[in-house]
Amino acid sequence: MKNAIEVKDLDFYYGKFKALSKVNIDVRRNEITALIGPSGCGKSTFLRCLNRMNDLIPGIKAEGSIKVEGVEINNGTTDLVDLRKKVGMVFQRPNPFPLSIFENVAFGPKIHRMAKGDELKDIVKSSLQKVLLWDEFKDKLNKNALSLTLEQQQRLCIARLVAVRPDILLMDEPCSALDPVAIQKIEDLMRFLKKDYTIIIVTHNMQQAARVSDRTGFFLLGELIEFSETDKIFTAPSDKRTEEYITGRYG
Amino acid sequence: MIKKFFESLIEKAIFISGITAIAIVVLIFIFLLKESVYFFLNNNLAEILFGMDWYPISEPPKFGFLPLILGSVLVTVGAIVIAVPVGLAAAIYISEVAPGWFKEILKTGIELLAAIPSIVLGFVGIVVLAPFIRNLFNLPSGLTAFAGSIMLAFMAMPTIVSIIEDAINSVPKSYREGSLALGATHLQTIRRVILPAASSGIMAAVMLGIGRVIGETMAVLMVTGNAAIMPTSILQPVRTLTATIAAEMGEVIQGSMHYYALFGIGFVLFVITFFINLAADMFLHRKKS
Repeated sequence: MKNAIEVKDLDFYYGKFKALSKVNIDVRRNEITALIGPSGCGKSTFLRCLNRMNDLIPGIKAEGSIKVEGVEINNGTTDLVDLRKKVGMVFQRPNPFPLSIFENVAFGPKIHRMAKGDELKDIVKSSLQKVLLWDEFKDKLNKNALSLTLEQQQRLCIARLVAVRPDILLMDEPCSALDPVAIQKIEDLMRFLKKDYTIIIVTHNMQQAARVSDRTGFFLLGELIEFSETDKIFTAPSDKRTEEYITGRYG
Repeated sequence: MIKKFFESLIEKAIFISGITAIAIVVLIFIFLLKESVYFFLNNNLAEILFGMDWYPISEPPKFGFLPLILGSVLVTVGAIVIAVPVGLAAAIYISEVAPGWFKEILKTGIELLAAIPSIVLGFVGIVVLAPFIRNLFNLPSGLTAFAGSIMLAFMAMPTIVSIIEDAINSVPKSYREGSLALGATHLQTIRRVILPAASSGIMAAVMLGIGRVIGETMAVLMVTGNAAIMPTSILQPVRTLTATIAAEMGEVIQGSMHYYALFGIGFVLFVITFFINLAADMFLHRKKS
């Protein structure tokens, strides 16, 4: 099976407002998939369907099928703890906990009782290595995470996810709070992580989608207008609305 | 021109109001200091602070503050031990668990609890709580430090609950999302992320609760039994600092050493509450920085 995620006919409602309409998408494993579109088009809502973070909002309803690694997750019997272990999320603003670097990364393994003692230290080490923070902070693991730069905080948040060994990383505009140099570094990190994880990134920044992603989906008013290889979307989009968006006609 | 004149007039009026508030506090402090310094200078300080006998009208009088200080401490510690866990649990329930409509009812209820005059609580304490404690522990009288602790716990609870609730609500939503997105349950999120992040607010709530309890007079005067003896158990009548002033100020001969001793008690009380409020302020301030 090549697909990490398969979504069929997904409709999503906030109360009476229909935020997503008949979304169909197959996300391939070990690829970076970018979701673009103007504000309010539903791309973040869609992303949050994949780890059921929308469940925190009262009055929502999601209809349709979402399969993660072949398992249906859009129903009442899904174990959200298992799902969120498998499908991690990075947020728009880096949100490390106000704890030490070590405790941030150890948080997931601790709550899932995955490891303790030396084994836990190994997980923390390998996770920080994966996001390239280890060399700089191996002697400063007790430093408060909030004292890091925003870019380092975002890396730490990715390390925190990596520590629970997810398969899929959802990134909700992970660079919107960062400066250009930091953005480039996070993008490098994404390319580096691609071999181990399936990554879906929501971004406002079309150039970013063009730079990092293998495939791109274009959302408009709750519909997935077009979804194909990134090169194709940006050079020869098949839908007129996609073309208008990427050429800056609106959005 | 006239507009400018009015502006400066209003500015001055506001300035005077502000200064007046501070001036009054300073004057009260000077008055308290003046009256109590006379007492502290004319008696042995060690005998006052560590003297175990409070016999202000015997001959010669004995002005040992220790039983009163310990009485206050005992009642306060008891009240805090009861009020903090209950208050913390209530605040967590209100801010994290309760459904919207019930949340509002609970918040209003707790605010109403703060609105009950302390004398009414004291009255309930005498009529309901004291007999209950007497029967429960088989005591000669239910008017004990324990009864005072329970009454004061009720009085401190609104302060504690609302400050902790504020602290929990001011924890950024992103922490909660981050934790839940890692697969943490709601309870794990509360325990491992929200409470640690709110800890300075929780400490401030405890401090302000202590401040509220230690300064309270009427209810403790009514339910603690008022025996100025060295407390050995929480199931014993005690006399607090505040209750001593309230009970004896009416009968004391003005200008006597006993009169000044009561001001001495007031000064000790002032110092204690000052440092507690200072601590609370530091905790609240630390949260902001």
